[in-house]
Amino acid sequence: MIRVENVSLKHGSTPILHDISLEIPKGGITALIGPNGAGKSSLLSLIARLQPLQAGKISIEGFPVNTTPNRDLAKIIAILRQDSLVTSRLRVGELVGFGRFPHGRGRLTAEDQAIIDQSLQQFDLTDLADRFIETLSGGQRQRALVAMAFAQGTDYLLLDEPLNNLDMYFARELMRSLRKIADDKGKTVVIVLHDINQAGFYADRIVAMKTGRVVADGAPLELLTPETLQTIFGFEMRVETIDGIKVVVHLR
Amino acid sequence: MRDRRLLCLGAAALVCIAAYMTIGLRGNYGFVLTLRATKLAALIQVSVSIAISTVIFQTVTNNRILTPAIMGLDALYLFGQMVLVFALGGVGYAALDPQLKFGGEVLLLMGLATSLLLPMLRRGTDMGLMLLAGLIFGVLFRSLQSLLARLVDPNDFAVAQSMSFANFNNVRTDLLIFATILTVIAAVIGWRARHVLDIMALGVDSAIGLGVSWTRTVTGFLLLVSALVAVSTALVGPIAFFGLLVVAVAERIVDSRRHAILVPTAILTAVIILVGGQTLFQHALGNGSTLGVVIEFAGGVAFLILLFLGSRR
Repeated sequence: MIRVENVSLKHGSTPILHDISLEIPKGGITALIGPNGAGKSSLLSLIARLQPLQAGKISIEGFPVNTTPNRDLAKIIAILRQDSLVTSRLRVGELVGFGRFPHGRGRLTAEDQAIIDQSLQQFDLTDLADRFIETLSGGQRQRALVAMAFAQGTDYLLLDEPLNNLDMYFARELMRSLRKIADDKGKTVVIVLHDINQAGFYADRIVAMKTGRVVADGAPLELLTPETLQTIFGFEMRVETIDGIKVVVHLR
Repeated sequence: MRDRRLLCLGAAALVCIAAYMTIGLRGNYGFVLTLRATKLAALIQVSVSIAISTVIFQTVTNNRILTPAIMGLDALYLFGQMVLVFALGGVGYAALDPQLKFGGEVLLLMGLATSLLLPMLRRGTDMGLMLLAGLIFGVLFRSLQSLLARLVDPNDFAVAQSMSFANFNNVRTDLLIFATILTVIAAVIGWRARHVLDIMALGVDSAIGLGVSWTRTVTGFLLLVSALVAVSTALVGPIAFFGLLVVAVAERIVDSRRHAILVPTAILTAVIILVGGQTLFQHALGNGSTLGVVIEFAGGVAFLILLFLGSRR
């Protein structure tokens, strides 16, 4: 369980997050949605201890993120940021292998290798394993980064806009893979999404944020209504049900 | 494949070392060989310390064109020496035990460099800003050093100058034992940290996500880098672009940024350039020019090429 209690954050004098409290139980996919600048990424990086906590408390499985040794946390929680920088002269297989770092501090066992191969396969990267990262397209690079986070083998997986740069096919593949590891392996996935329909279809729960506050929280079926969406995003949209799937029409 | 390239480099380095030791051997063998072996040891140490410090510094700052020397660390070291002369006077300075003095200078540089650079590295600062700050640090410390040099009396100045005029032809062999210990310790630490360095090359966020304690680790590496810079500056004086040249060449040779392979390659490349170059200059070119100048020229060209190719990361 991820427990966020009364967390506030400021950049200089600009407030980013206001007194957020949130509990994300173990298992399932939680989607964070909201307009740009709502504080979704900041909340995610606070949970993943990428930024120091200014006010409030965050714990994962009872371990407070600000005092637990970093190498122990890395075995519980993995994060993929949206602007993950990748050095050049690095092959895809090597990058995914870095995901195993928290477990062997760099020494790869046969078991690690099996997990790396499985991650490569899961994200359709087996053929690209020997390619240099800088020769890949944006979408392929994104998949390699997700595969690295996946190879970390943690119970909690935080993903900040992982669908960026992905085409429809791989966006769907990625969401299906996440659904699969949540269902089959009991992993907990927290994901920042901009595609409301992906969130509605794949997530178990949607947490909507706006200007540093949580403004809506619930199962997709109850949250995807024209009224709620209007409060979150500030414009009218239609919600239709097609073949039992809720679809938000936000084009007009 | 890469192992074979490393083997070839190793063989080439051995050839350079053998040539350095044996070419033009005359007179009292025992004396000449001892003299050459001492200088060789110093050259190899400089190769090791420059290669390791540059690779680590580039990884930690996440770029390919900054080196400790470009950031003005060696200027800082020379400035520290000048401060000592100024404070103790030429006689007092010369009376200090050289090992003790060197130890003190190393510690001073470690402290100063870390406290200057750490604030910039805590959250990845923009590379352009780092480069500018480095240039300004370099100029500042060089100017402060020459200011102090003008303030001391001429006798003290002569002492300071003779101390800081180390170069490839005039290696400070009196510090060798101390420097060897430092270099070996640093090499062992660097080797043990090779996997951590691979992870740090991914950037702050990924490194923290994979369980590296960023600030603590960066501090450790900065201390290590400044100790190594002190070693090489003390032995052969300041050399600005050598590290950059060596690491850029090594990276092209092995086509990888994995530290387990890059660091040994960079060390071997440095040994080949330094020892091979020194042999060439002493015997083939009759000491007609200085190796330092040529290396700086080649390194400067490499720096410009890297800048223009935009390989900023």
